[in-house]
Amino acid sequence: MNSSFPSDSVGLVKPQTYVFDEPLELACGRILPRYELVVETYGELNRTASNAVLICHALSGHHHAAGYHSPEDKKPGWWDAYIGPGKPIDTNRFYVVALNNIGGCHGSTGPRSINSATGKPWGRDFPPLRARDWVHSQARLAAKMGIGQWAAVVGGSLGGMNAMRWALEYPDRLRHCVVIASAMKLSAQNIAFNEIARRAIQSDPEFHQGDYLSRETLPRNGLALARMIGHVTYLSDELMGTRFGRELRRGTFERGLEAPIEFQVESYLRHQGDSFSGSFDANTYLLMTKILDYFDLAREYDHNPVKAFGHALCKFLVISFTSDWRFSPKRSEEIVDALIGANRDVVYANIESEMGHDAFLLPNPRYESVFRTYMAKVADEADKLARGN
Amino acid sequence: MLRVDLEILQKWIAPDSRVLDLGCGDGALLERLRESLNVEGYGLEIDPERITACIARGVNVIETDINKGLAHFPDNSFDTVVMTNSLQALKRPDLTIDEMLRIGKECVVTFPNFGALRTRLYLAARGRMPVTKQLSYQWYDTPNIHFCTVRDFEALCREKTIRILDRATVASTAIERQLSGIWPNLFAETAIYHLSKHQNNTGDTR
Repeated sequence: MNSSFPSDSVGLVKPQTYVFDEPLELACGRILPRYELVVETYGELNRTASNAVLICHALSGHHHAAGYHSPEDKKPGWWDAYIGPGKPIDTNRFYVVALNNIGGCHGSTGPRSINSATGKPWGRDFPPLRARDWVHSQARLAAKMGIGQWAAVVGGSLGGMNAMRWALEYPDRLRHCVVIASAMKLSAQNIAFNEIARRAIQSDPEFHQGDYLSRETLPRNGLALARMIGHVTYLSDELMGTRFGRELRRGTFERGLEAPIEFQVESYLRHQGDSFSGSFDANTYLLMTKILDYFDLAREYDHNPVKAFGHALCKFLVISFTSDWRFSPKRSEEIVDALIGANRDVVYANIESEMGHDAFLLPNPRYESVFRTYMAKVADEADKLARGN
Repeated sequence: MLRVDLEILQKWIAPDSRVLDLGCGDGALLERLRESLNVEGYGLEIDPERITACIARGVNVIETDINKGLAHFPDNSFDTVVMTNSLQALKRPDLTIDEMLRIGKECVVTFPNFGALRTRLYLAARGRMPVTKQLSYQWYDTPNIHFCTVRDFEALCREKTIRILDRATVASTAIERQLSGIWPNLFAETAIYHLSKHQNNTGDTR
């Protein structure tokens, strides 16, 4: 391990690829003949495999949740603030499994992968997915890793939906479900933002109905625009006010001068859009936003969330953030009410933050304290199970 | 919360029942009820440190501002709704009591009795708002904005046709304990009430 990494970092990590040759039947009725999952793990699996924690990523997430891929990396994994030795998801106690889901674009089978039937990238032909397809693919990963029951399945945003679906699909294979800044289903406003993002991508002349890879081009502008729209909805008005205000990056309002003016916020958004469109896949973005839109936890339970959670056996931790308007505290309260109605154990904290939806990724003392205290109990339980009492 | 209060309160709660604790503090009561009566409990709390204390005890705690209403809890969804020493800190205690009786089949409420002789003497003799061991705040910084006496509380129950199933009192000295049995409004430091909906419409309060 490189000594230049912070002491509470998992340090240098290396992704691994798991290959699944058994066909996976998807919710849409189609079959994925084979698939690969790219996975990172942190910490040690204990003797009875009672200390495994699954991390479910959000819309643009992936397997690289913590640590560094090389000593030159400027930034650690996307949830490094919460995963590591002594951190809330304490890698001294837990064996943490983070993966890139199918449909993703960071190495797991998705629209960018080669379809063995055609020898060409899947592109727009990649089957549409639902959160439950992820759950089933993750269950097979667990089996391959020798994990019979997760100590906890943890996810924020779309990842929280993934985690809740786990609790209903495989109730006896997890002891805790941690749902952060999430919802049982998206509101119309939320779907609307996703549709605008999708339209931005589809309107790019380089999109070619999703067949851009075979034409060796990329709908960069559309994807950048989609990301810019998304990004605005992940931040709060207050935060944008304090971080950017009306500060100018260049130009001046002085009379008699005609210099081009650029606000800080414009330059920031442009940068976010451009760097995202250089690394993310447009078809994956379309697919992921549809998984979000179509998710409805209680649909198959007569649209009754209490009935849905009646099938769960695990305990729940639900966290929301005061300034999050994309997945507002109200959505989390609905989850909590349904859990209480179903007589499930649940802890709920609404964390004061001005960081908007992004708060779930960022350091925050109270968030940390709630998360840490809860996960310490989960770890105690895992230790007890390992000791066999 | 005092041990004595706990012991009294426990007698009014059925084993294996569902309990909602408004202003559950550090979760000690719910932990105790879970251990001794196998109660499935949920606590509502607003203070971050107390919420963390509940989590550390493994108690179900839901961050909630009780003053914003409890409309999201269905009618009769709990066997007992408990509120210990929080009544006087609410914006509208009367409305919260209505909600407690709607959500719970029965309720338990405890509050500091402002009619206690000590309090009365303090005000009479010094002409200043009482500051005692139990009520240790100054008038300007106290969270306790709606003090009441035993008689005030019972008058409210009469007005709302709330049925008082049991009443108990807590006092710190033996003599006060004895006297509080006869004159609760003078000698009870803390009053504990076990309430239910009006006799004639126990099934439906609407």
